[in-house]
Amino acid sequence: MATETPYEVLGVKPNATADEIRKAYRKLAKQFHPDLNPGKPAAEARFKAVSAAHDILSDSEKRARYDRGEIDESGAERQRYSYRPHAEGAQGRKYQPEGETDIGDLDDLFEMFGRGAARGGGRRGARRGEGFSMPGPDRHYSLTIDFVTAATGGKQRLALSPNEWLDVTIPPGIEDGQVLRLKGKGGPGFGGGPQGAPPGDALIEVHIAPHPFFRRDGDDIHLELPVSLAEAVLGARVPVPTVTGTVTMTIPKGSDTGTRLRLRGRGIRRRRQGREVSGDQYVTLKVVIGASNDPELAKFLEDWGKRHPTDPRRGMFEGTAQGAAA
Amino acid sequence: MIGRDELVRRFAGLNAAELSRWIENRWIVPEQGAESDGERWLFHEVDVARVELILDMRREFAVDDEAMSLVLGLLDQVYSLRRQMRRLCDALERQPPEVREAIRRALPPVKGAP
Repeated sequence: MATETPYEVLGVKPNATADEIRKAYRKLAKQFHPDLNPGKPAAEARFKAVSAAHDILSDSEKRARYDRGEIDESGAERQRYSYRPHAEGAQGRKYQPEGETDIGDLDDLFEMFGRGAARGGGRRGARRGEGFSMPGPDRHYSLTIDFVTAATGGKQRLALSPNEWLDVTIPPGIEDGQVLRLKGKGGPGFGGGPQGAPPGDALIEVHIAPHPFFRRDGDDIHLELPVSLAEAVLGARVPVPTVTGTVTMTIPKGSDTGTRLRLRGRGIRRRRQGREVSGDQYVTLKVVIGASNDPELAKFLEDWGKRHPTDPRRGMFEGTAQGAAA
Repeated sequence: MIGRDELVRRFAGLNAAELSRWIENRWIVPEQGAESDGERWLFHEVDVARVELILDMRREFAVDDEAMSLVLGLLDQVYSLRRQMRRLCDALERQPPEVREAIRRALPPVKGAP
């Protein structure tokens, strides 16, 4: 239902003069005055409307406020139509300048600020979806390998996720804490057109589990080898484990605990600056009597000990380095 | 939603001929009404608010027709950008805290800001 303006109520033009308004009001007031129209509610309502219209239009300040839309026909403050909430809402879209796009996906936003070809190979004016590309994120993993694999190299399986596996090639001589970078095994890239942006890398931090008897020092392997009293005294050929398999080693006659023997080239073998280099394995003997309760040995040592008195602790008390090596 | 007559009636400073010109200039883009209703144009709230904005600018800032096209064009760009910013803000708001934190840290500091 359309509401009449005060001008319409009085039947005057919006640019009517104060005099015209006054005349129109007087005419209508007489016509609809309740005293002249007893028992006619319509006339009474009309009279009220005319009075209200006159109230606004006869007061130049009120009339100006009405013209500015600040008050309504009844003289009440009119609610202002602030444009901003409408403009920023969905309704405002229709006043969007031509050529301006909504951010449908991030491509549009990057395109808006000319970032389209930032890492996508320098294409200009790229089509939607090709404009922005970004390599995938790197992913970090941790992998524990056994000592021998670390020394010799090999393949180790890494679980990327419950149903995704990756066979990691371990280079010989890898150090504890070293990080292997597997190109393209990280997260997938974003965008980048039909061939796609490159995926990220997998970064694998390798940890080496300790070995029960091998120990590493750079490219050399150290091993403490138990030998029997007879093997140490008389000499022997004994099997020795190395990281590349078992080899036979000669224990020289007259060896002792602490005697260190070298197995040349039996350490870590790897290429360094294009050349194959290899460490050695050092074997330190440890005499294990293993038959301490043997009466025959005890009997022999009683006689032998009397004739060959030695003191292996001599050096410890005299503060010299002599003696122990004798 | 209101018709043209109701709109003109609502704003004392507006007449029908003027409104037609604004529609021609595409300052106001009403919805096409059904001819059978006798209402050629239908105005949504956003259109009504825009009419008031134009009237205000003309009355209070003495913006003439030529300048009005320019001012409206600029305003439309600003509001278009603000709508996009709002969409982006909405999207950011839906991100987990660590993503929002990462974006916050990636925002370059404003030079000369206190």
